[in-house]
Amino acid sequence: MESSPENYTEVDSPEHLTVEQAIANLKGEDRGLQYYAAWWLGRFRVKEPEAIEALIFALQDEGNRTESGGYPLRRNAAKALGKLGELQAVPALIACLDCSDFYVRESAAESLGMLSDRSCVPQLMKLLVGGLAANQPIPGFPHLPQPCAAVIEALGTLGATEAIELIEPFLEHPVELVQYATARAMYQLTQNPSYGDRLVKALSGDKLQLRRAALSDLGAIGYLPAAKAISETLAENSLKLISLKGLLEHHVKNHYRETREQGIGNREQGREFLPFNGESEDILKNSSESSSISDTAIYLMNLMDDLL
Amino acid sequence: MTNNTSALELIQAIEEADSSDSLLDAVEALANARLEEASPTLIAVLSYNNPGAAVAAIDGLVQLGEVAVLPLLNLMDDYNYGGRAWAIRALAGIADPRALETLLVAAEQDFSMSVRRAAARGLGNLHWSKMLPSEVSSAQKQVFTTLQLTSQDAEWVVRYATAVALQGLGSSVTVSQPDLAGEIKSQLEQMLATDADLTVRTRVQLALKEFRI
Repeated sequence: MESSPENYTEVDSPEHLTVEQAIANLKGEDRGLQYYAAWWLGRFRVKEPEAIEALIFALQDEGNRTESGGYPLRRNAAKALGKLGELQAVPALIACLDCSDFYVRESAAESLGMLSDRSCVPQLMKLLVGGLAANQPIPGFPHLPQPCAAVIEALGTLGATEAIELIEPFLEHPVELVQYATARAMYQLTQNPSYGDRLVKALSGDKLQLRRAALSDLGAIGYLPAAKAISETLAENSLKLISLKGLLEHHVKNHYRETREQGIGNREQGREFLPFNGESEDILKNSSESSSISDTAIYLMNLMDDLL
Repeated sequence: MTNNTSALELIQAIEEADSSDSLLDAVEALANARLEEASPTLIAVLSYNNPGAAVAAIDGLVQLGEVAVLPLLNLMDDYNYGGRAWAIRALAGIADPRALETLLVAAEQDFSMSVRRAAARGLGNLHWSKMLPSEVSSAQKQVFTTLQLTSQDAEWVVRYATAVALQGLGSSVTVSQPDLAGEIKSQLEQMLATDADLTVRTRVQLALKEFRI
């Protein structure tokens, strides 16, 4: 209940760091400040070249270790680099996939998924080698041998169709979150609705934590047939709204793209799905009262309105 | 008499609930009974830190409508933050204009985005016919001023709720206050031109479509 988004405070009270200070802290000696600075640079999307370089350097940090040999600073640096969108981080993140610390591998896989650079696909695939047998839960350990869910999600996001055969067996993985990640990636890679439907089914499961995960996955793949089930599942409205937002944006972007590709992107049609930044001014000029929105978009927004 | 007995039993069931599930069942039963005397108990449930039960209690309070407004406004300050947040959402759902001040403050200042979004939405929905006619037009202007602020909120969901609210307010003032309606339309057009979020812009577009002047 503590983690319920309806309950926690949703305000960020950033410590009074400046970009310069954060970079200096990251390069400094104080491990606590270093750790915090790495997180801070990602959170506030600091893309200064000096910050990127320092974060990449931190991926090889040896100073900050946990008792069990983990690398907390590397974990934070890897996470931050995913948020910053700078492709120069890719090789160093790929190297992190071999790190002895599970959580560094996991963070690196997540970030590589976000950076949309397909050069990491072979190394991501390597982590799934051995399939289900090699990735069973280890008694007494809080995590699997490899960060399967993060790796599979990244491969799905990157459109790595060459990994389909490797990924598919993980639908039968004993851990539900791995199954969901697999269904999500399989949908992205094949567009086969049976995978989306698996996630819809997960919305009626018993555990809140798993329903939340399914909401997030459905939002990420923009699976339209899930709309009603999303609005009705037992979870916080905030999460349902985010999930429906994913569906809406996916739909609006696709619709707009299709309209354009069909060559009917004349002013009347093109305006229909205008809400893109670059087009905004045109929209404003032309939006007298003529803009029309698809019925699907209206349906989704009606569901969202009821959740406010 | 039977009514009172059953109310007492239903309220007792809530007090005696010994698990999350039995509490939820008891709250739903009381909410569905639609009894005026249930308000204080339903309001108390908002502070139990049990989201499922709180949602059911809000549904019950919104169904009770007007009769729950004063208890909500009176009891609210004595409760913890979590309870107050839920109470504001109940007031937003009931949309009785007596909650106007509370909703204005919540929309502008509450630190929880789910409260700000509910309050903003509620402001666009208020039942103006329940307010003294002489007070309506200045209250509507006040609501617009607050919605201008919430249209700049850092959270997309609050700006989304603001678009919904501007649409609602806009349609209530089209005839009575054409000037204000024009300002609302300009505000929406400005959001369409400048908001960074695709979902917000799409909702603004729908608002402009629905709200013709």
